[in-house]
Amino acid sequence: MSRFHSNCPQCAGPIAFQWSSAVQTTCPHCRSILVRRDVDLERVGRVADLPPDSSPVQIATEGVFRRQAFVVVGRILYEYAQGGWNEWHLVFQDGASGWLSDAQASYAVSFLRQASATPPAASTLERGQQLTFDGHSYEVTALTRARYAGVEGELPFEYWDKEEVLFADLLSRDARFATIDYSDEPPLLFLGEAVEFEDLALKNLRRFEGW
Amino acid sequence: MQEPNVPTSQVKALACPNCGGAVSLRGFGHTLNVVCVNCLSILDAKSPDLQLLQTFQERQRVFPLIPLGTRGKLHGDVYEVIGFQVREIMVNLVQYAWQEYLLFNSFKGFRYLTHYDGHWNDVKPIQGVPDPSRQGQKPAARWLGETYVHFQTADAETVFVMGEFPWQVRVGETVRTADYIAPPRVLSSETTDGEVTWSLGEYMTGEHVWRAFGMAGSPPAAHGVYANQPSPHEGKTGRAWLKAVWMLAALFSLMLLSSLWMGRQEAFRQKYSFSGSASEPSLVTPVFELKGRPSNVEILIHTDLNNEWAYFHLALIHESSGHALDFGREISYYHGRDSDGNWTEGRRGERVLVPTVAAGRYYLRVEPEMNVARAMSYELRVRRDVPVNLFFWIAAVLVVLPPVFVTLRGRQFESARWMESDYASSGSGDDEEEA
Repeated sequence: MSRFHSNCPQCAGPIAFQWSSAVQTTCPHCRSILVRRDVDLERVGRVADLPPDSSPVQIATEGVFRRQAFVVVGRILYEYAQGGWNEWHLVFQDGASGWLSDAQASYAVSFLRQASATPPAASTLERGQQLTFDGHSYEVTALTRARYAGVEGELPFEYWDKEEVLFADLLSRDARFATIDYSDEPPLLFLGEAVEFEDLALKNLRRFEGW
Repeated sequence: MQEPNVPTSQVKALACPNCGGAVSLRGFGHTLNVVCVNCLSILDAKSPDLQLLQTFQERQRVFPLIPLGTRGKLHGDVYEVIGFQVREIMVNLVQYAWQEYLLFNSFKGFRYLTHYDGHWNDVKPIQGVPDPSRQGQKPAARWLGETYVHFQTADAETVFVMGEFPWQVRVGETVRTADYIAPPRVLSSETTDGEVTWSLGEYMTGEHVWRAFGMAGSPPAAHGVYANQPSPHEGKTGRAWLKAVWMLAALFSLMLLSSLWMGRQEAFRQKYSFSGSASEPSLVTPVFELKGRPSNVEILIHTDLNNEWAYFHLALIHESSGHALDFGREISYYHGRDSDGNWTEGRRGERVLVPTVAAGRYYLRVEPEMNVARAMSYELRVRRDVPVNLFFWIAAVLVVLPPVFVTLRGRQFESARWMESDYASSGSGDDEEEA
């Protein structure tokens, strides 16, 4: 795979993309947020210091999902009234992009679904509502208004100018889950499943004092 | 971007804004609320100065059986006790309080241990919505192919908290809890403001918990039967019955074999007549020979009595020694017709079985007795070495007793379990479902 190499327009440090389709990344040297414009990188801002968080996953963590190896190339950290969670951006061996969410060490892997049926508008959505995607039935279990607490690494979208977003969490009767992200129009639908930590065979994790 | 920093579990020099006591954090950045161990105030762990959320003073301090900070091993992973709460439900004006220990592993996340009256459960939240269904008369929930039967719904109030929590905790807060059981597992839902969360628990003995957490001494004794406690009789009932069936089959084969093997020789057979007015009622039969090993002797009397009775005094007498074995039999046979139709009472025949008679020459002395004006004819038969099935029937009853006992014990255990449920009053009506 030919990787995209460039230099940071701010500090001239080398930038190597892990994932050819990345739209946005952060400079590991000066923490600039960089967005790809054709072959150039445009600096659109600077990441604030990420608040301390306790996910054992980090950029460059490797793992396996459904026999496909992946590497963590980016993340979005969300915060809401009941705490925070990470969406780790995964790039699989075959170039596919996915997400590993870590909410208080409860893990799920999901993929962006080019919606065959557009999810209902946020205003019409309510808890307990049943929705069907790809032949599976889901129940809306939570509506969460979250704040972007930080971004890091390579992402498939431009997230730098976003502040708050409404999420709908949906669970199924067979351990599948879905998330609708209302930050975009039309809203983004992610479908996935809860996973056990040990099933991901994660390598290159963070270490915790005493653990 | 990969900071080499290793998160520490002790946040430096945090002080309780209420009492000034030291506050430590074990749950890294996951902790949302922390309770001051000193004054039991609930503090906001996310605010830099530990903003006071609730002062807590109305109740007496509860000491967790497993102290905060204790580490143990569950499912091969190390977990640390970081939070403790006591919750209470009210059922028929009786309060039931149970303890919840929040366990944390920095990679595997959170799980709980619950404790009530010596009964423990190992609980983990599930990511899903179980399917509502029914089992007989009771509501049920299906999750990953298993059906859990509704056991109890109640409003649980948090009455005491200690340590750290990755969610907002307040003393006095109430959630609606519902338990569905498939022993040894329990599927529980908690509803707050319409939001439902589900968890799956598995029964654990106190001994198991004590071993897992390296606790000294012994755990509190378990009382009664807990909702999802596995029945010690589970599976035994079927095995006991299967064993009994095999033993019965063996017994009946033995019975069949022995009846084939028994000689059943007829030693004597003779017809007689008798009249109630006979001057010399007693008679002596000709001598007959009983052969072979010491065995039983069967004496059969068959009469032609018709709406009549007779009594037979009998003696089996050894010819050479004159040694006599005396016995008697009453025979009566009545029949007729009344408003209910035909009826009969009694029989025309009787049987005497004399066990273990040595070989030799014997005769019978017979002395019948009946109404003076009547007469009858009768036949005497003497048979040697007849199969005795009574012993087999006794053995069969003994074989069937253990499974009957096991079945009753199992039923008793299940009814004790359901006594504590929302269905206690319906009592034995549940039997057919649990069988």
